[in-house]
Amino acid sequence: MFGFTRQHGIAFLVMFAAVVIAPFFLYPVFLMKVLCFALFACAYNLLIGYVGLGSFGHAAFFGMGGYIAAYTAKKWGFNPEIAIITGAAAGAALGAVFGWLSIRRQGIYFAMITLALSQMVYFFCNQASFTGGEDGIQQVPRGNLFGLISLQSDMAMYVVVSVVFLFGFLLIHRIVHSPFGQVLKAIRENEPRATSLGYRTNDYKLIVFILSAGIAGLAGGTKSLVFGIATLTDVANAMSGEVILMTLLGGMGTIFGPVLGAIMIGSIENYLAQLGAWFAVTQGVIFVLCIMFFRRGLLGELAARLKLSL
Amino acid sequence: MFMIFGYSSALLFGQLLLGLINGAFYALLSLGLAIIFGMLNIVNFAHGALFMLGAFVAWALLEFLGIPYWWSLLIAPIVVGAFGIILEKVFIARLYKLDHLYGLLLTFGLALVIEGLARNQFGSSGMPFAIPPELQGGTDLGFMFMPNYRGWVVLASASVCLVVWLIIDKTSLGANLRAATENPALVQSFGINVPRMITLTYAAGVALAAFAGVLAAPIYSVNPGMGSSFIITVFAVVVIGGMGSIAGSILTGFGLGIVEGLTKVFYPQGSATVIFVVMVIVLLTRPAGLFGRGGH
Repeated sequence: MFGFTRQHGIAFLVMFAAVVIAPFFLYPVFLMKVLCFALFACAYNLLIGYVGLGSFGHAAFFGMGGYIAAYTAKKWGFNPEIAIITGAAAGAALGAVFGWLSIRRQGIYFAMITLALSQMVYFFCNQASFTGGEDGIQQVPRGNLFGLISLQSDMAMYVVVSVVFLFGFLLIHRIVHSPFGQVLKAIRENEPRATSLGYRTNDYKLIVFILSAGIAGLAGGTKSLVFGIATLTDVANAMSGEVILMTLLGGMGTIFGPVLGAIMIGSIENYLAQLGAWFAVTQGVIFVLCIMFFRRGLLGELAARLKLSL
Repeated sequence: MFMIFGYSSALLFGQLLLGLINGAFYALLSLGLAIIFGMLNIVNFAHGALFMLGAFVAWALLEFLGIPYWWSLLIAPIVVGAFGIILEKVFIARLYKLDHLYGLLLTFGLALVIEGLARNQFGSSGMPFAIPPELQGGTDLGFMFMPNYRGWVVLASASVCLVVWLIIDKTSLGANLRAATENPALVQSFGINVPRMITLTYAAGVALAAFAGVLAAPIYSVNPGMGSSFIITVFAVVVIGGMGSIAGSILTGFGLGIVEGLTKVFYPQGSATVIFVVMVIVLLTRPAGLFGRGGH
C-alpha cells in the first residue's frame, strides 16, 4: 500500500509512533504548529525537490488557505473539516493561477515571478476587507468535528491535526512514487528529454503546482484553526523563506527530510522567538551553511552516507 | 498651473516626478542585477540588502566621521563593492558549477543575515538622513514645483545608467565583458583573467545598488527594511524587461516608475500592484520579456 519500500515503511512507522507518543511529553500546541509546518514543507518539497521548481511565493497558498478556513469557520459557521477543505481548495485555486502564469518561464525567472505574485497577494490581503487587514481574523472557533465532537481541548485538536498531517504526507508519498511522479523526476533531471519523449511537461508542472499549493493551503487552514487566528504573517515573504529553509535543511527531494527540517526550525523559533531579529540572522546563517556544506540537507546527506533512500 | 484631463498639472507632474524617482531606483537596481546575471548567471537576492547597506554606510560616514553626502556617493559604493568582492570570493564563487537554484538560495540567506544584523543593531524604525544643503528647497518650473533633491536623483541615476551602458556597449573593456558572458572559456584562452573579471563584475553590480542606496537615503529614512520592500518590485521589473539587454533594463526601470506614478493619479488603490499586473500581462503576451532573448 502507498508504494512503500521496506525502508520507507520502517521510517514511516517510527514517525507514526512519534506522532502518537509526542503529545504525552511535549506541549500539544507546539506539536500542532510543527505538524502544520511539516505538512507545508512536504508540499513545498513536492515542487522543489521532485520537479526542481524553486517557488519563492508559497506563503501565498499557506496564508490564503489560513484566511479562507478562518473566514468560513467564523463567519459562515463551517464545520472545522469543511473549513479546512475549503482552505485547501482556495490554496489550490490560487496555485492554478500562479502555476499557469509562472511555468511560462524557467529557473530564476520562475522564482522571481512566484515571489512577485505572492507579494501581490500580500498587498491584496493587506487591503481586502475580509482579511481584517493588520488585525487579521481573530477568535476563530475550532468548532465541532462533523458537528459532533468538540475540538476545544488541545488533545482532540491534536488528533485532527495528526490525521491531516499523515493524510497529506501519504498523499505526497503516493504522488511521488506513482508513474506521474516518475515523469516529474524526469522533468527535474532533463526537461527537454522528457518533452522529446512525448510528455507535455507544462501540464505536469501545472498539475503538481496545483497539488503543492492545495496541500500548502490545507496546512495553512489547519494552522489557523489550531491557533484561532489568521494574519498577514502567514502570507508574508518571510514565511516563504521559512518553508524553503525547512525543506533545504531537512533535505530537498527526500520524503522525510522536510518533516525533520520543520521540527528543527520550529524548535529554533521556539527558543529564539524572544530574540526577534536574531531568528532571521540564524535562519540566514543556516541557509548559507546548508548551501556551502550540505546541499542535500541533513537527511539527504545521512541517506547518502548510509546508502539508503529516505 | 493648468489642468490636464481634469487633473491639475501640479498633481499630474508631481506624481510623474515621484514615478520617475522610483523609476530611477528600479533602473539602477535592475541594471546591477542584469550585469551580475549576465556574467555570473545568478540572481542576486542580496541586492536589496546591499542597497540598504549603501544607505547605512552613508549614514555612518556622516554620523561618526562627519563625511558629507557627496563623498558618500563615492565611498559607499566602494565600501559595499569591496564587501561584494568578499561575498563573491568566499561564497558565490563556489557555486558556479551548480544549478541556478543554489545561487538564489545562498544570496537569499545572505540577505537575511545582513538585514537581520542591521535590524538588531538599529531597530526597525530607521534614522532620518538630511538632504545635503546644496539641494534643499525647490524650483518652480511653472507647471509644477520641483524639490531640487528629487530632480538630482533622477539626473544622477540617468547619468550613471548612461555611463554604465556606454562602458559596456562602446569600450574594449565592455567588449571583453560581453564576450566573456557569451563564452568564458574562449575569452580566458585570449589571456584575459575571467575569474577576476567575474569578481569585479559582481562588485560593480552591488556598487550600483549601494549608489542607489545613498541616493535613496534622504528620500526614505535609512532603515533595515528599505531594500526588501524595493527588491521584489525590481524582480518584477526584471521579469518584464528580461535581463538580456542592458539598455532594456534601464528603459524598463524608468518606464515602469512612470507607469506607477501615473497610476497614483488615476487609480491610487492600484499603485502598489500595477507593476505586478504589468508583469502578468507581459508574461501572457511576451513570455520572454520585452527585451528578452528567449528564456533561461
